[in-house]
Amino acid sequence: MKHTISVLVENEFGVLSRISGLFSGRGFNIESLSVAPTIDSALSRMTLVTRGDDQILEQITKQLNKLISTIKVVDFTDGEYIERELALIKVATDAESRAEALRIVDIFRAKVIDVTPKSYTIEITGAPAKINGILELLRPMGIKEVVRSGPVVIGRGAKGVVG
Amino acid sequence: MGLTGSQILLESLTLEGVDTVFGYPGGAVINIYDDLYESSINHVLTRHEQAAVHAADGYARCTGKVGVAIATSGPGATNTVTGIATAYMDSIPMVVITGQVPTPLIGNDAFQEADMCGITRPCTKHNFLVKDIRDLAKTIKEAFYIARTGRPGPVLIDLPKDIQVATHKFSYPDKVNLRGYKPTYSGNIRQIEKAAKMILAARKPVLYVGGGITLSGADDVLLKLAEQTQIPVTTTLMAMAAFPQRHPLALGMLGMHGTFSANMSVTECDLLIAVGSRFDDRVTGRIDSFAEKAKVIHVDIDPTSIGKNVGVDLPIVGDLKDVLGKLQGCLGKKAELVEDLVEATKEWRTMIDEWKERHPMTYRSSKSVIKPQYVIEKISELSDENAIVTTEVGQHQMWAAQFFTFRQPKTFLTSGGLGTMGFGLPSALGAQVAYPDRQVIDISGDGSFQMNSQELATLVQYNLPVKIVILNNNYLGMVRQWQQMFFEKRYSQTVMELPIDFIKLAEAYGATGLQATKVDDVESTIKQALEIPGPVLMNFKVSREENVLPMVPAGKAIHEMVLAS
Repeated sequence: MKHTISVLVENEFGVLSRISGLFSGRGFNIESLSVAPTIDSALSRMTLVTRGDDQILEQITKQLNKLISTIKVVDFTDGEYIERELALIKVATDAESRAEALRIVDIFRAKVIDVTPKSYTIEITGAPAKINGILELLRPMGIKEVVRSGPVVIGRGAKGVVG
Repeated sequence: MGLTGSQILLESLTLEGVDTVFGYPGGAVINIYDDLYESSINHVLTRHEQAAVHAADGYARCTGKVGVAIATSGPGATNTVTGIATAYMDSIPMVVITGQVPTPLIGNDAFQEADMCGITRPCTKHNFLVKDIRDLAKTIKEAFYIARTGRPGPVLIDLPKDIQVATHKFSYPDKVNLRGYKPTYSGNIRQIEKAAKMILAARKPVLYVGGGITLSGADDVLLKLAEQTQIPVTTTLMAMAAFPQRHPLALGMLGMHGTFSANMSVTECDLLIAVGSRFDDRVTGRIDSFAEKAKVIHVDIDPTSIGKNVGVDLPIVGDLKDVLGKLQGCLGKKAELVEDLVEATKEWRTMIDEWKERHPMTYRSSKSVIKPQYVIEKISELSDENAIVTTEVGQHQMWAAQFFTFRQPKTFLTSGGLGTMGFGLPSALGAQVAYPDRQVIDISGDGSFQMNSQELATLVQYNLPVKIVILNNNYLGMVRQWQQMFFEKRYSQTVMELPIDFIKLAEAYGATGLQATKVDDVESTIKQALEIPGPVLMNFKVSREENVLPMVPAGKAIHEMVLAS
């Protein structure tokens, strides 16, 4: 089963390799990983997506917590949360397909952020399923490049996850 | 006017109570060694950095203090890795200080540069690269704190040369505040009460005790708990000395080379109380039939150990001293129920005694050839009550666990988790430095011994009277045993074809070499060695194709043992 885990870590030298090394060393998989400092610049938040049964997830959570640099681990899978991913998509366009591309962009509430005679670059934010959706529709035109951030998540409600 | 980085290091070590370090100098630590020249800290020069770390490890295992080792950058530092990994697998508190190239050169493939934080990340509890002199004192404080608290482990501090010479005002922090590291010491009382209930309801309980018991200093509490409840105790390799093996409740070691009674007890028990042990594959054999009739209580300070290999009915996270103490308290309040338990489990203990009698730990003795097991028995008999035994890894290690009667905690130093050949001699060296007046005996094989035999020089230089026992069969015996049993005696690369003259080797270093080739010489050789004031190497020519039995073949359940006939 897919799990989205948020890990609050010390924003220090080598911390990314501690987390990624833990996953590779113990044979856990990482589907996506995104990292950035939090409002407290001494901390970074990592959001990672992984798969495994309950026993593996229990180990992942415990092992992450065991790292000295880890301050908090939250597995969002069981709770109410909002998930967002950013994607930048470079799609081939010609005179015929431009109007169709713009319609798709409009339907998905995406944006065209760069234009050349042969291409559009599209920015879209949303749950990963939405991004998969627009990619499906754009595919027949010819996708030249896709850059996805990997999802980030935040819990619903007033409570924040802080160190 | 401040102190230099290397002065800050030595001052900090002193404040941490470190009086002895093991190490090997080099270009990237030359400033530290210059300050050591006039320091009150005792430095022991080994002949290899790996040995320095094993020596610090041995020192830590027998004293409970944090072991400290120093090595230079690059090859010096990479030589420490096996030692660090050994300590990591056995949860030994240790701080390793490695020199590093100056910070502006890091990443440039400078001379003797190695990315030690990268290399040791998976085999340290934590590691630090000090990039600013202002962080140095705090880093050392944190390193020692992390090494000795929670589930202990090795911590590496990589110290670039320019930080060693930079100066800064020295102030050592009083406290550590690591927001991501707060080990749980106090066991949850509700869980402990539940454990007490489960124990009182059990009819076939067994305590399965691992190395954590000694790390926590809970050996005494364990003994009291076992006696209070009359629950039999089986110990892992790491815990052989944690419970007196002469005790009627002692079942000896369990697992691949465990006793018949221990393995049968675990297989048949209805309650398994795992204490500071981690269900290692060498203990469990085929995992799905391990203690399959039992409810499992698992007490450990490290939550990741619980539920990792085996499902647990009642997890308790905490320090064993705290948890077992509270458990004893809980049971103490229910003295009558405990009496009932003791009564109701009588049958169980009788069954176990029958197992012990039916298949005791044994071997076929011989008058014509020296049996390695016999040598161990004799050492056990002739050595002091508080003698410290170290081992290398292989058959001799298992025979030591099986045939030495351990009597006091912290007297059996062996590489359990990583299984490091070459561990025994340097760790004996470290133990002897810690306790100059106690007998320290390295039980070794001819293969393992040669992995760190250069440390004979260190023994002689510091007059450390370690007694080395080589059970010499001219084989890499454990692998040979597997080849015999599972590979049709195809002894691929396990025959040590060159017979080494170990006596001459010992003498070349200035140690004493003794040899026994006849059964009748065994006792006198050991006695003679124990009387010689300096380091002695004893070479016992033992029966060559002796096997370690019982043995649970890989993939089998632990009750499916091949027994000694």
